[in-house]
Amino acid sequence: MSKEKILSGIKAAKPADKPLPEIPAFVVEGPPASEIFGSIAAQSGSRVVRASDFEDLATAVHTLFPYDITIATPLPSLKSAVNLQEVEPADLKTIDVAVLPGQPGVAENGAVWVTEQDCVHRVLPFIAQHLVLVLPEARIVRNMHEAYQQIKIDETGFGVFIAGPSKTADIEQSLVIGAQGARSLTIILT
Amino acid sequence: MNEHATKAAAFIKDEARTDWHDESLWFVRSKRDKAAHSIPEWEQLRELASQIKDHTLAHLDEYLEAFEAKAQENGVTVHWAADAGEHNRIVYRILSEHKAHRIVKSKSMLTEECGLNEYLEEKDLEVIDTDLGERIIQLREEPPSHIVMPAIHLKKEEVGELFHQKLQTEKGATDPKYLTEAARQHLRHSFLKADAAITGVNFAIAETGGVVVCTNEGNADMGTHLAPLQIHCMGIEKILPKAEHLGVFTRLLARSATGQPSTIFTSHHHKAKKGGAMHIVIVDNGRTTQLGRPDFRNSLKCIRCGACMNTCPIYRRSGGHSYDSTVPGPIGSILTPGIDLKKYSGLPFASTLCGSCSDVCPVKIDIHEQLYKWRQIIAEEGHLPAVKKQSMAIAGSVLSRPGWYKAAGKSARWLTRWLPRPLVYNPLNTWGRDRELPESPKQSFQEWYHKNRPAS
Repeated sequence: MSKEKILSGIKAAKPADKPLPEIPAFVVEGPPASEIFGSIAAQSGSRVVRASDFEDLATAVHTLFPYDITIATPLPSLKSAVNLQEVEPADLKTIDVAVLPGQPGVAENGAVWVTEQDCVHRVLPFIAQHLVLVLPEARIVRNMHEAYQQIKIDETGFGVFIAGPSKTADIEQSLVIGAQGARSLTIILT
Repeated sequence: MNEHATKAAAFIKDEARTDWHDESLWFVRSKRDKAAHSIPEWEQLRELASQIKDHTLAHLDEYLEAFEAKAQENGVTVHWAADAGEHNRIVYRILSEHKAHRIVKSKSMLTEECGLNEYLEEKDLEVIDTDLGERIIQLREEPPSHIVMPAIHLKKEEVGELFHQKLQTEKGATDPKYLTEAARQHLRHSFLKADAAITGVNFAIAETGGVVVCTNEGNADMGTHLAPLQIHCMGIEKILPKAEHLGVFTRLLARSATGQPSTIFTSHHHKAKKGGAMHIVIVDNGRTTQLGRPDFRNSLKCIRCGACMNTCPIYRRSGGHSYDSTVPGPIGSILTPGIDLKKYSGLPFASTLCGSCSDVCPVKIDIHEQLYKWRQIIAEEGHLPAVKKQSMAIAGSVLSRPGWYKAAGKSARWLTRWLPRPLVYNPLNTWGRDRELPESPKQSFQEWYHKNRPAS
């Protein structure tokens, strides 16, 4: 069996023990995390708005996408064009805008944690043409260390940090937004 | 002349293109610097990452077993492959069991190393690479020239012509936005009809039995979440003990790679989706041997960010293909000789030993020191080219005998001044092929010293 062969090979080859370091807290003085989040997210091509600037979530989404759109969302305050519990993942290919909850947000890189529970179908945040994440402002942490403290990565079968719209620079290092995933990311802070 | 030097010589024939390649990579290196300098604790993070990897390598067997047990608890099937051949056979077997014919793949240097695409294509399976850069080079039927930016060696005109032929884009169209959109439409079609998705692995967490896959395009996720079968292929060295360690490595990876604060998608896979199946293939393929070499085991800490390539003066001016190795550049030049020393004995010499690679490495691998160590082993085992071997032997005997050294210096000073140029720049003088020798002084330092030293 290759497993035994590999493991016994490692046992014979591995170096002497070295201790596992403690990861310090890295507390830094600076502007509030939510302020940093907004500017970093904008640099990564995300659009950040406040829910309080709109009457309600539905108004916010329709103001941000002022044309006829097919929405998929598990949020009860919005009308979803599809019943997420009933459709197959591939059926979601016609979705224009997915509106999903997500938390925490991470100030240092503008990322938002979205789990399988949040998106119902794992492919939804990727296959939709545009993605809107609804993030409670109070749930923005400073950095990835704090983020990993707050989440349990195996709480559901799948979870993802999303830090902007899908992008590529594979042709001559020219940045193009909208590679294989969503063409835009809007974060609505509540 | 070794293979790398021959290929590099061909690469630099086009001077404008060489400069363009050099500048493209230096641009990425500059973005990396800006991102790194924005984090006050950057050096502390590098040290932590290095220590976490040191610890993990010292307990690698235990962590791999813990990882497997946890993954199995999550309903994931785990396979072990001793080498590339076994890896390919395992993947093919899983695909056959699921009757999968159409496969979408996201970027994986491991499957590249194992030659998985060629193997599956021989079995009449359709394999589509879905990272834009990888798709470009797949359509061109050539290997990646960089581990993060596989098509960095190509100009948009070349991609435009390729897409015109293969994806029916407009003739002469070169706008990256237009070409990327064409690839998006083409790949969406492949994602929707795929039977299986294969990905590489950036990190595997022993504590939770899950794998983390990082992309900017979202291609790995489009693949794994649409296809009923997902297969993740990982080298044994991808293990991290706990989820909290991801905090350190995700902060370092994208900043080192492209200067972004994070990859756009950092996906954590623990269980198969509803109605789907998830497999993980753990591959050795020479890594255990490298672990057993105290001088070179540090190379297993590599997180494949590519920073050492972007900064390397040789890589930037010779192109990834000149290395003829899955992982090119400085890190490739210490990893690949570990797999086949004779074949790749030229690679550790594709370096000025300037140390810039070690300076930017996010896990503090002593890359340039390992390059130097490989050179010594290559010389000891007799893999040096004859000219180099002879001149080293002569230099060794001259430098160890003061009398010979003095005489040699004197005659060299005389000869280089008075010999006709074609005799000095003869075929054995490889150093002088592309460089001018400095003007030789009339006297040696020793002669000067004896003449000028203060009387005591």
